[in-house]
Amino acid sequence: QQHRRAFMIMSGRLHARGTERVHKNVWLEFARLAADYKAVNLGQGFPDFSPPEFVQDAFCKAVSGGHQMHQYTRPFGHPPLVHILAKFFGRIVGREIDPLEDVLVTVGAYQALFCAFQALIEEGDEVIIVEPFFDCYQPMVKKAGGKPVYVPLRPVSGDGSAVPSSGDWVLSPEELASKFTPRTKAVVINTPNNPLGKVYKTEELQVIADLCIKHDVLCISDEVYEWLTYDGNKHVKIAGLPGMWERTVTIGSAGKTFSATGWKVGWAIGSEQIIQRLKAMHQMSVFDCATAAQEAVARGFEREYELFGTPESYFQQLPAMLHQKREKLASCLGGAGLQPVMPEGGYFMIADTSSVTVDFSDFMSTDDEPHDFRFVKWLIKEKGLATIPVSAFYSPEHRKDFDKYIRFCFIKEDSTLDAADDILRTFSQRQ
Amino acid sequence: LMHLCFVLQNIMTSRHTHTKRIEGLDKNVWVAFTSLAADPSVVNLGQGFPDIPPPSYVKEALAQAASVDKMNQYTRGFGHPSLVKALSQVYGKVYERQIDPLKEILVTVGGYGSLFSTMQGLVEDGDEVIIIEPFFDCYVPMVRMAGAKPVLIPLRLKSGKKTVTSADWFLDPDELSSKFSSKTKRRKHLHTTGRTSDELQMIADLCIKHDTLCFTTLPGMWDRTITISSAGKTFSVTGWKLGWSIGPEHLMRHLQTVMQNTIYTCPTPLQEAVAQGLQHNFELMGQPECYFSSLAEELEGKRDRMAAFLQEAGMPPVIPEGGYFMLVDVTPLNQDLSHMVQDEAYDYKFVKWMIKEKKLAAIPVTAFVGEESKKQFEKYIRLCFIKQDSTLDAAEAILKNWRKI
Repeated sequence: QQHRRAFMIMSGRLHARGTERVHKNVWLEFARLAADYKAVNLGQGFPDFSPPEFVQDAFCKAVSGGHQMHQYTRPFGHPPLVHILAKFFGRIVGREIDPLEDVLVTVGAYQALFCAFQALIEEGDEVIIVEPFFDCYQPMVKKAGGKPVYVPLRPVSGDGSAVPSSGDWVLSPEELASKFTPRTKAVVINTPNNPLGKVYKTEELQVIADLCIKHDVLCISDEVYEWLTYDGNKHVKIAGLPGMWERTVTIGSAGKTFSATGWKVGWAIGSEQIIQRLKAMHQMSVFDCATAAQEAVARGFEREYELFGTPESYFQQLPAMLHQKREKLASCLGGAGLQPVMPEGGYFMIADTSSVTVDFSDFMSTDDEPHDFRFVKWLIKEKGLATIPVSAFYSPEHRKDFDKYIRFCFIKEDSTLDAADDILRTFSQRQ
Repeated sequence: LMHLCFVLQNIMTSRHTHTKRIEGLDKNVWVAFTSLAADPSVVNLGQGFPDIPPPSYVKEALAQAASVDKMNQYTRGFGHPSLVKALSQVYGKVYERQIDPLKEILVTVGGYGSLFSTMQGLVEDGDEVIIIEPFFDCYVPMVRMAGAKPVLIPLRLKSGKKTVTSADWFLDPDELSSKFSSKTKRRKHLHTTGRTSDELQMIADLCIKHDTLCFTTLPGMWDRTITISSAGKTFSVTGWKLGWSIGPEHLMRHLQTVMQNTIYTCPTPLQEAVAQGLQHNFELMGQPECYFSSLAEELEGKRDRMAAFLQEAGMPPVIPEGGYFMLVDVTPLNQDLSHMVQDEAYDYKFVKWMIKEKKLAAIPVTAFVGEESKKQFEKYIRLCFIKQDSTLDAAEAILKNWRKI
């Protein structure tokens, strides 16, 4: 009796404030559905092939290395890793990066984002998020007590003859400027962008930088797909623009860099004053990251440092391989009546479903669910092909303006893409 | 004009002070002492990690896991399926209950990550959390970060014993009872010394009486307890940073939500390897070859050895009933540290002096207690004995030569 009463009393006061905002997790929902229907999975955003041999070898070597490989390493990042990251990225942005002060290694880029928001955002701060955005930014801003302020990329209407490209999706400088208030603390950008594939040009980053400097605002730049650019598009680091180093946190991922998402090694790079705060948060949440994986990533970067810009570099080979897959997927989608938006970077492609008419009436999805959610569910259940609805990457206020797009991931084995192709071919036959 | 611009810039960027939640977090005993002990000529009995190798099958399992394509990509957020299954088997046997691998287990980045998920998931602004001293140093800042108030209660030493063990340190039931208030949310299990089942029952009764959540487990306590553990400590692989929390679904789902919003998922190949290690030992449970018992046996020998050479050097140890640390009272050495002028507790000064002068590293015990208890604990230092024989030999040699300059 007493136990039961205690239980009931307890359940009233249990969950802590931040966790009340359980964010509806689109990944879990659709992953489950894809598994249930054994769908060809172009939904999940990670490779279905292995990391390159040199990095796998480095991992095996680390594992069979001395006992230190299996014990705690330096909390803010394994020394060989922070040294090579500082050297590697220092060369790219053209400045001396201090490996011990300007670099923090985290459990994936995800934890770097978490540390950044927790360390820099206070109750009442506003954070400008450019849409479409990787869905974790919003709950992370909220958990830090911040208020997300959204500004969407919009496709400029072309003459209809060119294939739509992610480069057509732009920010309106006036609209962006109007979002800044005295309470704005930070702007979050993701380039190359997930899901769109947009690679921001220097001029576009300059507009953002000018506003950050004018309003004394920080910039959180999520650059996990930085090596994946196509058609000669160059990835530009906003931290490298004048006046931006002191106010930018640049986030990267070994998982995306070396096709080893399961290793969960990421980093945040920035000025000492900013990284110091992220370090404090890191110390409070995980304290340090696994040693062997950091060792392997360090060796991977050391190799890439020497081969940078040459054809043997993985950072050349991976985008070259993905370029072919991108072309293949775009042509399959076009053939099926789905209009792809050609991504300039990243490994995702969105497609406009407007031309495909589907009868949803016999499906369990509700009427108030956005069109793309219903389309994705139908595509999984009826066709056995998994994708992700793009409106999941938008704020509630803008969701309905972008609910005709679905996202495909093309960092998949050819056999997977072929299987998707077979399914897509049935579209034009069906209608 | 240029000078004026520069000054204005400085004024403007000073708007970016750090957020309240990370205030005061820069002082950290590990960051301070690990760099001091990193000098290779120092015999390091400080930070708690083994310098003995992990069991070979566990390393092999990791190498093997990394060679499987899928194992290098993301796995299930709340815990790799084979790992949560192995955990539910092992702990199901230990607790003698069915544990749901998907709803009652969360895999985290070390035991540390579990502590963080628990605090963030279950502790709120205005709550009070009872912590028994000495405690693993992160408990207090984590409680504070969650907006709650740490309420400390020290273990007290029974006087008059010649050879002291950790069992001679006890909780005063009346003192403990007095710490519970309407705001008490939970208490923490002790880190550095073990507890008897009578004491745990006393704590359990108080928790039930005051409707408080708890972090230890006993019959009748399942619904209000989160139990935290570590692959690093279980398999001597602290550098794998994998741990787990086990508890009832209605509590665990809050920890899972925290995980979803902070790390999302833990590394896959490491989880696979731990799953195999657990599976291997599950089958051996109760037998001498089981690592869970063989490690304890190996460490008991090291414990006894260390206790002996400390006693010989004139430093009375507190013989631990569990764990791999030993506290030792440095009072009899009468070491004069008046030349060290920093405003620090005696044990901090002692350890710094000992690292510098004797090339032996330990950790000061006042790092594990609150301000009010510092006087009670400042003559103790903590030594780690999960070290290979050559390290213990070196420590013994230093202690034998202590009196000689």
